Amino acid sequence: MPELRILIVDDEAPARARMRELLGDIRDELPNVVVGEAENGVAAIALLDAAIPDVVLADIRMPKMDGIELARHLAALPNPPAVIFATAYDAYAMQAFDLNAVDYLLKPVRAVRLAAALGKARMLHPPAPAMLAALQPEGRSHLSCHERGRLLLVPVADILYLKADLKYVTARTKEREYLLDESLMHLETEFAARFIRLHRSALVAKDAITGFERNTAEDADTNWLALLRDVPEKLPVSRRQWPQVKSYAKQLST
Amino acid sequence: MTIIKQNPASRRLPDFRNLGVMLRLLLGVNLLALAAALVQAPDLLTWPLLFVELGVWVQPLLLCSLLLLAGLRDLLWRLGYAAAVSVVLMLVAGQAALLADFWRFMGFVDGSWPFLLRVALLAATAAGIMLLYFDLRAGALSPALSEARLQALTARIRPHFLFNSLNAVLSLIRAEPKRAEHALEELAELFRALMRDNRELVPLADEIALCRQYLDLEKLRLGDRLKVVWQIDDLPGELLVPPLMLQPLLENAVYHGVEPSETAGEIRIGFLRKGEELFVSLENPVIAGGSHQAGNRMALANIRERLALHYDLEARLEAREEEGIYKVTMVLPCRN
Repeated sequence: MPELRILIVDDEAPARARMRELLGDIRDELPNVVVGEAENGVAAIALLDAAIPDVVLADIRMPKMDGIELARHLAALPNPPAVIFATAYDAYAMQAFDLNAVDYLLKPVRAVRLAAALGKARMLHPPAPAMLAALQPEGRSHLSCHERGRLLLVPVADILYLKADLKYVTARTKEREYLLDESLMHLETEFAARFIRLHRSALVAKDAITGFERNTAEDADTNWLALLRDVPEKLPVSRRQWPQVKSYAKQLST
Repeated sequence: MTIIKQNPASRRLPDFRNLGVMLRLLLGVNLLALAAALVQAPDLLTWPLLFVELGVWVQPLLLCSLLLLAGLRDLLWRLGYAAAVSVVLMLVAGQAALLADFWRFMGFVDGSWPFLLRVALLAATAAGIMLLYFDLRAGALSPALSEARLQALTARIRPHFLFNSLNAVLSLIRAEPKRAEHALEELAELFRALMRDNRELVPLADEIALCRQYLDLEKLRLGDRLKVVWQIDDLPGELLVPPLMLQPLLENAVYHGVEPSETAGEIRIGFLRKGEELFVSLENPVIAGGSHQAGNRMALANIRERLALHYDLEARLEAREEEGIYKVTMVLPCRN
């Protein structure tokens, strides 16, 4: 059996050191190699290309991007690595894992238990996206996009607007556009607090709107355009959405 | 370590020097007077007039009794409960009789013996009712004390902290056995403090030492991410305070203000003495998208309840968020 390639993700350095020690201890029984260590989900994803892990050992509670969100992004990969969660205590997540037969490790982890979990890791089904989403009621911190075989992360806070074109959704940040494999409707419900719908096919970050102007184009089918910070584009506001958008704008100006 | 034995589980008189107790006495006796006036009044219009008339009798007696009882508090506490109650009743009755005799001397009333006796009995009854009220109140609250203690024990140290700390110690054993030993000793002391009888007051200096131990352990696993600034000037280290008021606040600050942050988080702890009050303030950064605050609110409610049990109205706990900083202020009476 080829050795298992393992990526350790934990925000606490001593916890990563401990995991490394344990993996060393079970190496005879279960050949493995640590291909990388990361201190949060974002750093882990940045390591993916170089590390090519078979298994990701992920802590749940981490700054910037937690283990649950990391698993959500990994699940979208064409050949996702197995994810095994390790947590000291997270009653809510543990309950959900038990219900959904997701394997997880409790810290401090025992070597035998770790070997058993890794032994069946290759056969593991990735955790169900619906369960992971339920564990993150506040929504993801990043959206992911595949570009030339790489997983790119787009911080939700940087997105000015989301636009649906035919099959894809485009996310616009100050710098560039990203093609996402998501549905605009799902994004609207997940990030209802952050984005507002302007049009059948456009969501805009509430804090990106700087003003509105009348649409003077001859063939215009909408009366108003939304002006955004940092980008020159003006987004049309549909007649149907205008009352809602207007009342939001009024709230803003008062 | 000096510990004052203060066992709220046994019955004893209320603390007559406590502002809350005084206010309750004033209010309670006046309510009784109001009721008495209603009984006497032939119609509702004369009710307030009668109350004012009664007030002339009640207020001086009430104020004199409050002063006397505040003065005799420590003496009364040394007696048994039953003896202390009899003493209070006799004191109040005696004062009422003296006052009535004074009014007779001034010529306001005729001072026949039955009249003096009636006044003394009425005063003693009012005092008895108030003591009964305080006894019932203490009875109603003392199960809350043990319950609060129990709840505090489970809520205070998060399992999250215990298991992560143990894991951090495990990681040290092979590489730095000396540090691991030290950390285990600190963990043992921390848990000894958590598991002792926490109804007893402890010196503030001990409580601070406990907090430092706790922070050492957090530092072990969080490393440079945890920064702590102590602002201590003129700290009454010998001041006796309820135990484990500060540590849970610190734990909250670490859990909500430092752990979810990718950069270093700073916790500021300040002690400031202003007259007869000690202000303890605790600040931590607010992390956007951090974990929900339900656990935090529960810990605050827990501490508030224990403060009320120890100090009634004389201690307060406030929490507010301001410009990205979460600030908790605890005010304790400081009189020794």
